[in-house]
Amino acid sequence: MATETTAADAAHSAAEAGACVGANGSAIGMPQLCVDWMPNQVFWLVVTLVVIYFVLSRIALPRIGSVLAERQGTISNDLAAAEELKLRAVEAERAYNEALVQARANANKIVADAKAEIQKELDAALAKADADIAAKSAESEARIAEIRAGAMDAVTIVAKDTAKELVLALGGNADARAVTAAVSARLKG
Amino acid sequence: MATEADGAGTGLVFHPMDQFIVKPLFGDGPVMWYTPTNATLWMMIALLCVVALFVLGTRGRAIIPTRVQSVAEVFYGFIYKMVEDVTGHDGVKYFPWIMTLFLFVFFSNMLALIPKAFAPTSQIAVTAVLGFGVFIAVTVIGFVKNGAAFLGMFWMKDAPLFLRPIIAVIEVISYFVRPVSHSIRLAGNITAGHAVVKVFAAFAGIAVIAPVSILAITAIYALEVLVAVIQAYVFTILTCVYLKDALHPAH
Repeated sequence: MATETTAADAAHSAAEAGACVGANGSAIGMPQLCVDWMPNQVFWLVVTLVVIYFVLSRIALPRIGSVLAERQGTISNDLAAAEELKLRAVEAERAYNEALVQARANANKIVADAKAEIQKELDAALAKADADIAAKSAESEARIAEIRAGAMDAVTIVAKDTAKELVLALGGNADARAVTAAVSARLKG
Repeated sequence: MATEADGAGTGLVFHPMDQFIVKPLFGDGPVMWYTPTNATLWMMIALLCVVALFVLGTRGRAIIPTRVQSVAEVFYGFIYKMVEDVTGHDGVKYFPWIMTLFLFVFFSNMLALIPKAFAPTSQIAVTAVLGFGVFIAVTVIGFVKNGAAFLGMFWMKDAPLFLRPIIAVIEVISYFVRPVSHSIRLAGNITAGHAVVKVFAAFAGIAVIAPVSILAITAIYALEVLVAVIQAYVFTILTCVYLKDALHPAH
């Protein structure tokens, strides 16, 4: 202790340092064990701990807890939404495939219908054409028969006339009725 | 700090313990129980760090956290999980207390590593209040929750009958040693590390040894960072273990 210093200094020093700090300002033994300072440290420690406790329990921990819970909620909501969207995507794909099959069936049906209709029209046109052709050929045959009949008549006349002229040229006396009868007989013959 | 030479004498001067002296912040008066001291200062800095990290840092309440907020969330998640894993679900309501202990010890340890800082957790007065506080709280909780059944913790039902009284004596002794070991472990670790750094620093007074000394200080400092974190962790997990014993005394 400070034995050489004045009484006032000694009192001051003793009051200041107590049993734990030497006169030269160095520690005596282990200052961590100094009993003189314990009330001070305990008091301030308790103050610090109580303040930290109230700051944590009133403000910080509920806040962080709610943030974490909220984040957890957000994450699970997002995952649920993603799941739902995925289901909807699968559903949409299924619907798309269904629509595709439907459309294909429709297209086939339309093609078949069109084909049938075209066939029907074709048949009708063919029938009409056949009928026309038949009518035309019948008409033509009638004309041919007519022309053939006309030709026969012409042949008869030409034959009679030729026979008459031949008889005349040969110096005969052509009796018109006899020649005609003879030619007709020959033509029938 | 009086780490300089004592005047006379040319040799090395070691004052590794001077860093633990408690001094008034203002003036030279006596250290009364209410006097703001360097211990007060560093406890308050620890308190401010907690406030800065956990109140200011989480101000945004962001779903996508900022860096500071995510650090606070890591602390929260770490201690919360520890409490839940060790003490079970009914221990969760003591989570704010355990968080308080952890953060105080953690920040005191870390801040004490700043050169010229004061280490509150090196002081037996501080760690004893923490240790005995935990001990008393846990004992009270044990008796309130379980009544006399709490004493069953000391009576091993699995052991052979003639061994039970002996085991009970050992268990009781070990139970009462808990707060002592709990507080001395923390104070001892922090004291030892800081004192070792000071001793190595004193060796730097010799020019030839100085580089080795500085390297050694660097290495010890790295070790001390580890010790600061681990001791905070150990203090907290032991608190959880003691709390578990109080909540579920059956072994």
